[in-house]
Amino acid sequence: MSVTVYVPGDAAALALGADSVAAVIAAEAAKHGIDIRLVRNGSRGMFWLEPLVEVSTPQGRIAYGPVAASDVRSLFAAGFLSGGAHPLHLGVTDALPWLKRQQRLACRRIGVVDPRSLDDYLAQGGGEGLRCARAMGPVEIVRAVTDSGLRGRGGAAFPTGIKWRTVLDTPATRKYIVCNADEGDSGTFSDRLLMEGDPFQLLEGMAIAGLAVGATTGYIYVRSEYPHAIAALNAALDGARDWLGDFRIEVRKGAGSYVCGEETALLESLEGRRGIVRAKPPLPAIRGLFGQPTVINNVITFGSVPDILARGAGHYQEFGCGRSRGTLPFQLAGNIKYGGLVEVPFGLTLRQLLYDFGGGSRSGRPLRAVQVGGPLGAYLPQAQFDTVLDYEAFAAIGAGLGHGGIVAFDDTVNMSKQARYAMKFCAIESCGKCTPCRIGSTRGVEVIDRIRGGQAEQVELLRDLCDTMAHGSLCAMGSMTPIPVLSALDHFSEDFA
Amino acid sequence: MENLGTVLRIVATKRTLPGALLPILHEIQEALGHIPPESVPLIAKELNLSRAEVHGVISYYHHFRQTPPGRHIVRVCCAEACQAVGGEALAEHARARLEGSDLSLEPVYCLGLCAIGPALQIDETTLHAKVTPKKFDALIDALEADQ
Repeated sequence: MSVTVYVPGDAAALALGADSVAAVIAAEAAKHGIDIRLVRNGSRGMFWLEPLVEVSTPQGRIAYGPVAASDVRSLFAAGFLSGGAHPLHLGVTDALPWLKRQQRLACRRIGVVDPRSLDDYLAQGGGEGLRCARAMGPVEIVRAVTDSGLRGRGGAAFPTGIKWRTVLDTPATRKYIVCNADEGDSGTFSDRLLMEGDPFQLLEGMAIAGLAVGATTGYIYVRSEYPHAIAALNAALDGARDWLGDFRIEVRKGAGSYVCGEETALLESLEGRRGIVRAKPPLPAIRGLFGQPTVINNVITFGSVPDILARGAGHYQEFGCGRSRGTLPFQLAGNIKYGGLVEVPFGLTLRQLLYDFGGGSRSGRPLRAVQVGGPLGAYLPQAQFDTVLDYEAFAAIGAGLGHGGIVAFDDTVNMSKQARYAMKFCAIESCGKCTPCRIGSTRGVEVIDRIRGGQAEQVELLRDLCDTMAHGSLCAMGSMTPIPVLSALDHFSEDFA
Repeated sequence: MENLGTVLRIVATKRTLPGALLPILHEIQEALGHIPPESVPLIAKELNLSRAEVHGVISYYHHFRQTPPGRHIVRVCCAEACQAVGGEALAEHARARLEGSDLSLEPVYCLGLCAIGPALQIDETTLHAKVTPKKFDALIDALEADQ
């Protein structure tokens, strides 16, 4: 009987040499006349261990990592195909403390399932949500999503059920389901991991949304920086046409514009225009893609839906705290020792995530600042590391969880430089429709340069400018750029002297 | 002209897609390496758009290019997570190393490799993590040797 060997085909594993590891394993097995089945799975999200090679044994999947191509010969010599001892031997994957302490719902099959095989997906419990949804009416599906307490995981945290209800209640001959897979925030990769590691789950969530609101066409808008995710989705779609029934999904490629992660700019881009933000109202739920009612949600939001249908709203609702229900896949990034994907219920503190999971900085120096929620998120100092990770607790300190990205910096960071970068990034990526964002960001870079040059009195001007941007911009790009700038200024004023 | 033939063929196969312009531009760039300026009036006519609209879309998106790229495109991540682990020094080193080279150097804002930075991408096909200036030089040496 052949042994199944898993070598991740995820972009992060590829960046660390997984392809050559896979090739050498195949060659070595052939040389020894051993029959192996090589599966290119997604990543378990423990990036310091990638490429993480797993072997199926009667005891469960045994992990070895990080494996370099030059380790393969010794792995064979150690009998790794039956879980043999080796310096890279980590034990049963599911028992690794870093994974065991998580409660993965949306991400539970990533790295486990074969992302190319619908059969494997169905064998591992996939498809159950869609099967349930097909036996329910639209109102019932929407109620289940509403009752679960699921809020949009893209960053804005709007209640998903209410959005779907609006689309359901808006009469139209044609409606659309759009997946926002324009994951542009630095420090985030959970959408990418899901698309590459468990693409069928995203397709299933979108098909359920289609049943819920009466739509038969879906688009997945993926950023051009994610070619591997695009390939994984297209491969999954090839195998899923019959399973999806009359629901059709097309993958569309973005073109390097950060602001297209804003939902109305994304719709403009899908329609073939520049990614310029639209004024709201009307909401996309009422007039969205091609002027029709449109459900537009993030990858993780759609990915959370199948489970809610399969196990009931109550199951999902049991996780979390306060009004933040369920789990959030956090992403530990930047200068962090153990970086990767941590899906846990809301309610842990930032410190637990940074130290219990993250192990502190990669450089070994003290952590000084942490940016939570992408380029538009606040920089938090040590004094705020005990903040509880839920939407309301973060809002209370003027920060946000966004899409769950956490970027750590050690004490070599210069925070006035990070503030300058926030303005610079806004200047590069502004769509240009509103003045506070288009002009304000450029003026912001100039003012910060003057402050850095010693003109301390310019701080007042910077605050005034931030106020104008925060209150006068059309979308989050301009209105939230002041958040990293002002949090850097407030918590790290010594860097602006 | 040969390029325009390719453009026409691509437009003909994609023009009926809803919101066809971006998919068309992507396919042209994949086939030709860039979007030749002389193709703009043609695309505009075929899609019943103005030349300004087509040009506006091409120039709006960072991904689209109107001039041929170098032999390879090297994209270095310049976003926060990579900055936290020496991304800026790498970008600086890359600029100096590739000055006058026949390789194109571009900034990219996040490749989704944020826990294993600094990250870079070569030609949309190859990714590299934890790139030090030394590792960068080795990668570039290999690209330059492979003429």
